[in-house]
Amino acid sequence: MEIIYLLIPVSLILLGLIVWIFLWAVRNGQYEDLEGPAHRILMDEDRIVDRQKNSRRGDAG
Amino acid sequence: MGSAASKSMEYHDSDTIGAERIQSDVNSCFHCGLPVPDKLDLAVLIDGVHQPMCCYGCQAVAEAIVAAGHENFYRVRTEVSPTASDLLPGFLRDSEIYDVPEIQNQFIRTPDGDLCEASLMLEGITCAACIWLNEQYIAGLPGVDQVRVNYATQRALVRWDNTRIRLSEILQAIQRIGYRALPYNPDQQQEMHRRQRSQQQRRLAVAGLFGMQVMMLSISLYAGAWSGMEYNFQQLFRWLNLVLTLPVLFYSATPFFMSAWRDLRQRRAGMDVPVSLALGIAFASSAVATISGQGEVYFDSVVMFVFFLSASRYFENMARQRCAATVEQLVQSMPIITTRLGTADSAEEMVPAATLAIGDQVLIRPGETVPADGEIIDGFSAFDESMLNGESIPLEKQPGDRLLGGSINVTNPLRMEVKAIGADTVMAEIQRTIERAQADKPPLARLADRVSTYFISIVLLIVVAVAMFWLMQNDGRWFEIALAVLIVSCPCALSLATPTAISATLGKMQTIGMLVKHGVALEKLNQITHVVFDKTGTLTQGKPVLRKVVCHAEFERDLCLQLAAKLEQHSEHPLAKALLRETGAVSSAGVSQVSSIAGGGMRARIENQVYLIGNVEFIASQTAAEIPESWLEQIAADTVTAVVLARDDTVMAMFTFIDDVREDAGAVVESLQRMGKSVLLMTGDNIAAARQVAELTGIEDYRAQMSPQQKMEAVRNLQAENASVLMVGDGVNDAPVLSSANVSIAMGSASALAKTSADIVLLANHLQAVPRVFDIAEYTQRVIKQNMSWALLYNFGAIPAAAMGLVAPWLAAIGMSISSLLVVLNALRLTR
Repeated sequence: MEIIYLLIPVSLILLGLIVWIFLWAVRNGQYEDLEGPAHRILMDEDRIVDRQKNSRRGDAG
Repeated sequence: MGSAASKSMEYHDSDTIGAERIQSDVNSCFHCGLPVPDKLDLAVLIDGVHQPMCCYGCQAVAEAIVAAGHENFYRVRTEVSPTASDLLPGFLRDSEIYDVPEIQNQFIRTPDGDLCEASLMLEGITCAACIWLNEQYIAGLPGVDQVRVNYATQRALVRWDNTRIRLSEILQAIQRIGYRALPYNPDQQQEMHRRQRSQQQRRLAVAGLFGMQVMMLSISLYAGAWSGMEYNFQQLFRWLNLVLTLPVLFYSATPFFMSAWRDLRQRRAGMDVPVSLALGIAFASSAVATISGQGEVYFDSVVMFVFFLSASRYFENMARQRCAATVEQLVQSMPIITTRLGTADSAEEMVPAATLAIGDQVLIRPGETVPADGEIIDGFSAFDESMLNGESIPLEKQPGDRLLGGSINVTNPLRMEVKAIGADTVMAEIQRTIERAQADKPPLARLADRVSTYFISIVLLIVVAVAMFWLMQNDGRWFEIALAVLIVSCPCALSLATPTAISATLGKMQTIGMLVKHGVALEKLNQITHVVFDKTGTLTQGKPVLRKVVCHAEFERDLCLQLAAKLEQHSEHPLAKALLRETGAVSSAGVSQVSSIAGGGMRARIENQVYLIGNVEFIASQTAAEIPESWLEQIAADTVTAVVLARDDTVMAMFTFIDDVREDAGAVVESLQRMGKSVLLMTGDNIAAARQVAELTGIEDYRAQMSPQQKMEAVRNLQAENASVLMVGDGVNDAPVLSSANVSIAMGSASALAKTSADIVLLANHLQAVPRVFDIAEYTQRVIKQNMSWALLYNFGAIPAAAMGLVAPWLAAIGMSISSLLVVLNALRLTR
């Protein structure tokens, strides 16, 4: 049962990490728009923009 | 390009979500859905097909979208796009004003170096695909670092590198794909709401995450108590729970403690008092038990109570903020800058809209938003007032007409003189009205508040009594049972039942153009037995049309019309306006000594002769002129309203006007009658006119030639017979009648808003809204009743159970929180 002395600190560290991630997400406004992503995921099937942006940046440079 | 095209073709073929997609047909514009004019042959190659376009604007937009590689937009959109021709080139030039640093200061944040950040309000968004298109397109612009469009608020947050792209270029780019973007300045209230929301989210998260950990350890403790557990492990777990509960209690639960403290200082027993008491006692006794190593611990109850209660508060707050957001939207629709015209040299100057003063002249281009209330000086155009009254069809306006700040110019540029600014505008009045109505607590909610205060005091007594009883029974569980009673009995659900439902409904009604001035009206609507309609402007259009000109033998029709127009152009009367609509503007050369005489007429001197115009009684009383008998007969027979023109003592002509019955009047009366309401018509007009309208609309009980005083008495008589009366009028002329009725609805033009005493104002001016108001009120009432009965049932059922020792504290915590969560979620259904 002595393993518990290791497991408990591990779970507490995990807890701290999760809380930190969550607070970061709230601060970043990840919860401001809960509807959009549901629609967005249906439309982002090819990332034309990324390719274009890269090529444009290439042109500029 | 070739491979891309073939790829999209494949996609097109395999696409099976066609049911929702916009079907194109040959004769309508592929972009906006309008019919394509006959001789126009415009097309854009989209997904390998030449698609027809209705105008160069749409063509340009579609080409821009295709050129950027976003054909996908056309595949996934579920609504057609706005017609692009509405978006005008003037904007391209004007948008550069947003690059001026002084103006940018108002809405741009510079987090670091050359990176700027601004919020943009997007117009023209019709479906999710529009959001996608905007996001993709803006993100594709060189120099744009990040863009995020909020689906719910239709606002975009853009971050860009100021050395590589200017804000005006971003705005113009959005313009090119057929949308309109304007920077806006989030106001303080909105910023406060955002902060509040994020703080609540953080508290909720802490309660939830730490709570989970506490629950895990608590379950081990329960299992240990059942099957045996070493003392030092048990103590370790308890100590861990104690530490883990601290952040929940001192961070997540602070709002409860603070509000309880506030209540206590004011010597009231608010609903957070028992909550705080339960939390405090439970935690303190658990802490003592942990330190001393004996007794029960209730950390699990504490964390669950905090978590579920925070969740229901969070949802309640969201409901209120959503209601407030409709108000914000109004404010945000006012433009930041506007074009002021110098009076002398008519030089144009871009100025912040906030600096406008009364009497300033401004230029309003198509697509621009009117910056303040005013009057058209020069120009004709159509205005979209949907932000103010939910009316989607633009209204035609001409010189002399009133413009409302916040409406959008649709067709032509024009000049406006500013008549009201800031807090005096109709927009500001609407905003105040909504805020007042929200603050206005209906009697039921006030009752619930009062009851819950007593309730709490009683509950505290019951808790003490229960504790004493079990203590005298020598039962070791006395503390646990008393704690359960304390937790289970919080009347949160009772207090939340009504206000959340009302605020949800008010928010919803505002978006469809119904402005509730007094929240109480919603409740009273359900008892209405009689509906009394006014005639003019209510059952009829309220816009008389010139029907006939009858001239005395020796005068010509045109001359009479011209003279009448010269007299009437100084009058505000609806009949005068109807006459001028027929003749157009006339010069006032040679007109002098104009006076408007109370009781129905105008008098003026034109080229040395005195002319009079007014109703039959007016002419008879002011002149010695004899009005031909045949004219009087005609007035009676045709059920028309008439005015007579006279020169000195000679009658020249008679103009008759007709006011058409609204198209939907019959259907509305019928549906009200089907709801079991008695429908009446009361009018100041003559009996023939009343009969005609009553027959057309199917009203059996009509009363004519009533003065406002008589109408009021008639309403009082109905009320004396135990009727509950809803009065529907135009809001301005029959104010006393409106206030004597149980509930009053003003049909309306938004400009009359400030003057009316009605409880509900229908800004959209559709009669159909009257039965709809009844439906909404009934639905709201139903939800309130559900909420109340659930809250009462819960409280009266749970307390005895807890007092008998049947409910463990953790179960009580769940039960209490879930009950208020249910109430809030039920109320949120009203916003759908």
